[in-house]
Amino acid sequence: MEPLLRADQVVKRYAGHTALDHVSISVPEGKIFGLLGPNGAGKTTLIRILNQITGPDEGFVWFGDELLGQQHIGQIGYLPEERGLYRKMKAGEQALYLAMLKGIPKEEATRRLKLWFKRFDIESWWNKKAEELSKGMQQKLQFIITVVHQPRLLIFDEPFSGFDPINANLMKDEMLRLRNEGATIVLSTHNMNSVEELCDNIALINRSKKVLDGSVNQIRQQFSKKMFEVEVEGSFSVSDEVMAEMGFELIRKADLHNRLQLVFSVSSGAGTADVLHRLADQLPVLAFKEVLPSMEEIFIEAVNHHQPL
Amino acid sequence: MSKTGIIIRREYLTRVKKKSFFIMTIIGPLLMAALWIVPFFIATLTEKQRDIEIYDQSGVFRECFRTNGKFNYIFIEGSLDSLKRQFLRSGHYAMVYIPRTELSVPQSAYIYSSKQPGLNVKSEIRDLMKKEVEALKLIAKGIDPEVLEAIKTNINVGTIILDENGFEKKGSAEVTTALGLVAGIVIYFMLFMFGGQVMRSVIEEKTSRIVEVIVSSVKPVQLMLGKMIGVGLVGLTQFLLWVLLTFGLVTGFQLIYGHKLANGSASATQTIVQAPAQGAVPAMNGVANFGNDNQMLQILEDVRGIDFGTMLICFLLYFVGGYLLYASLFAAMGSAVENEQDSQQFILPVTLPLVIALFSVGYILNYPDGSLSVWLSMIPLTSPVVMMIRIAFGVHWTQVALSVVILYLSLALTTWLGARIYRTGILMYGKKVTWRELWKWLRYKS
Repeated sequence: MEPLLRADQVVKRYAGHTALDHVSISVPEGKIFGLLGPNGAGKTTLIRILNQITGPDEGFVWFGDELLGQQHIGQIGYLPEERGLYRKMKAGEQALYLAMLKGIPKEEATRRLKLWFKRFDIESWWNKKAEELSKGMQQKLQFIITVVHQPRLLIFDEPFSGFDPINANLMKDEMLRLRNEGATIVLSTHNMNSVEELCDNIALINRSKKVLDGSVNQIRQQFSKKMFEVEVEGSFSVSDEVMAEMGFELIRKADLHNRLQLVFSVSSGAGTADVLHRLADQLPVLAFKEVLPSMEEIFIEAVNHHQPL
Repeated sequence: MSKTGIIIRREYLTRVKKKSFFIMTIIGPLLMAALWIVPFFIATLTEKQRDIEIYDQSGVFRECFRTNGKFNYIFIEGSLDSLKRQFLRSGHYAMVYIPRTELSVPQSAYIYSSKQPGLNVKSEIRDLMKKEVEALKLIAKGIDPEVLEAIKTNINVGTIILDENGFEKKGSAEVTTALGLVAGIVIYFMLFMFGGQVMRSVIEEKTSRIVEVIVSSVKPVQLMLGKMIGVGLVGLTQFLLWVLLTFGLVTGFQLIYGHKLANGSASATQTIVQAPAQGAVPAMNGVANFGNDNQMLQILEDVRGIDFGTMLICFLLYFVGGYLLYASLFAAMGSAVENEQDSQQFILPVTLPLVIALFSVGYILNYPDGSLSVWLSMIPLTSPVVMMIRIAFGVHWTQVALSVVILYLSLALTTWLGARIYRTGILMYGKKVTWRELWKWLRYKS
């Protein structure tokens, strides 16, 4: 897939420290791209560069096959981590104002906003001042403001922070819907569960450098610990010795109701099919799967591994 | 509409729609109109004549108490106690008792009244008695009071401004002073008020974090300029509404109450009309009007002599220039802080010149062409206030032009510098900003 957005060897220095050190990312069109990293790694700086709020000291950013420029502003929607609204301004008015700043004519913006307000069931809030809205309402409004100009590229910085589970799910559903309609999404988040749920690709930034990137599936395979989970009929008792005989190291054993769940790792270079063969020879296997590391584990491992001594 | 245009529109409309704007618009002209109208009104007020009983036991002062518009003097005789009782029943305002003394001329008197008498009553009685006693003493020393009266002199000093072509214009230091002062102070308050609004608005956008969404759509400099222009237009709107409403109120007042002044003003107007035609000597007649009883009429004539058009154009030039200069500095300061309390350290050095300008008003009024006045009217941070005062007194146009050019060049510079600080400041959080930090921001490349 042709990348919609590409950062090429981007460097950003502030007095005394380098916020981004030759970072390159490639965001494929029509996918959700996770931008991960600990606090202070340089994610927000990169996001600000992608939004042209600030410019890189070195390197280039490409939007499609053009250098990123003012002409792309209307094609990008941005929901910052620290988001705000004009407290004294009516919800509808400020959504309209911000949409017009993105270059949509007033009538068109009004029409689209009315649809969005209806969709999120907040039509009656059009004439309420922002300070009268609940936090959840404000978040919905901010989301609408981000997407109303139908941008090709959406950038969400920590979109789920402060959301209640219901609104967080609503946002997730909307993001998936937007992606399915063809939008490309860059998602910066600490919430690793949502990365697994939503992201097709990720890049991990730590200490101003990119330390990991690729598709989520590929990365999880790459970090595979050769761990498997098997369920057998409960009448069998499986000891550490039995497992060791097969060349497996038992990690966890759980006695479910008349079933036994075993989690084990394989030290040899045996393939998945081989492992299943060996198990089936010895035990009445009910279910079998490989346990891939969670993004959280990968995140922690990658960040710690990258830590200089 | 351009993006800057959209920003200007929002900044303007949200402010103009506010209740506080409406209230300020109404109160301003009422205050201004009151400045003109109240003196007229007080002048036309006639006080009720008051009855004063005089019990002159000494018999010396019978001649000096003459009934006039303010006081009606009633002479009474009898025993003090019964007179007091009668006085209480009479409903008269006061009773004056001048006791007989061993000295040839009595020097004291008592005022009886049911409530504390006004100061004017006391001073009236004292002045009349003093005059009479002095006259008696002069006669005793052999000096004719008429001689004394003859040497009393009243000097009228009128000012006449000669322009290069030899034309004369009657000047009035009093009215010029008042007008210059009003113009200077109004510009001072407007610079503070609207400059402060720009700063508060920048701080609000920064602390509410809406600014990050906006600068992903527009360049920071567009947002800053849009805000400055939008708020400035609010200031201009307010000022023009003030001028119109004040003018309307004063005109309306004159139409309603004008007839009361009509008789008196006819002769004064005539003198003024004649003055230019007949040259210097009739002009002196106009000056002589200073001595006239009706000073308000004189001031009215002087006000008519002022070139309001020039004043208004200069005011607008200096308001716009001064406002943009200060607003760009206020915007930069607002971007560097996270709440208004923190802004004090930056505001003080910026506003100090403006405060100095206000403090030097006394000097400027006395020496409108003094070297301090000229310097302050050239320095862009003080020129809007100081030059407006000087213009009321008349300044050569080259000085005004130079001062305006300096002002507008400076505001271009401060806007450029302000924008450099602003674009960094609005995205900077959780940092106590120092002057050194601001200097660093100035040198960041874009």
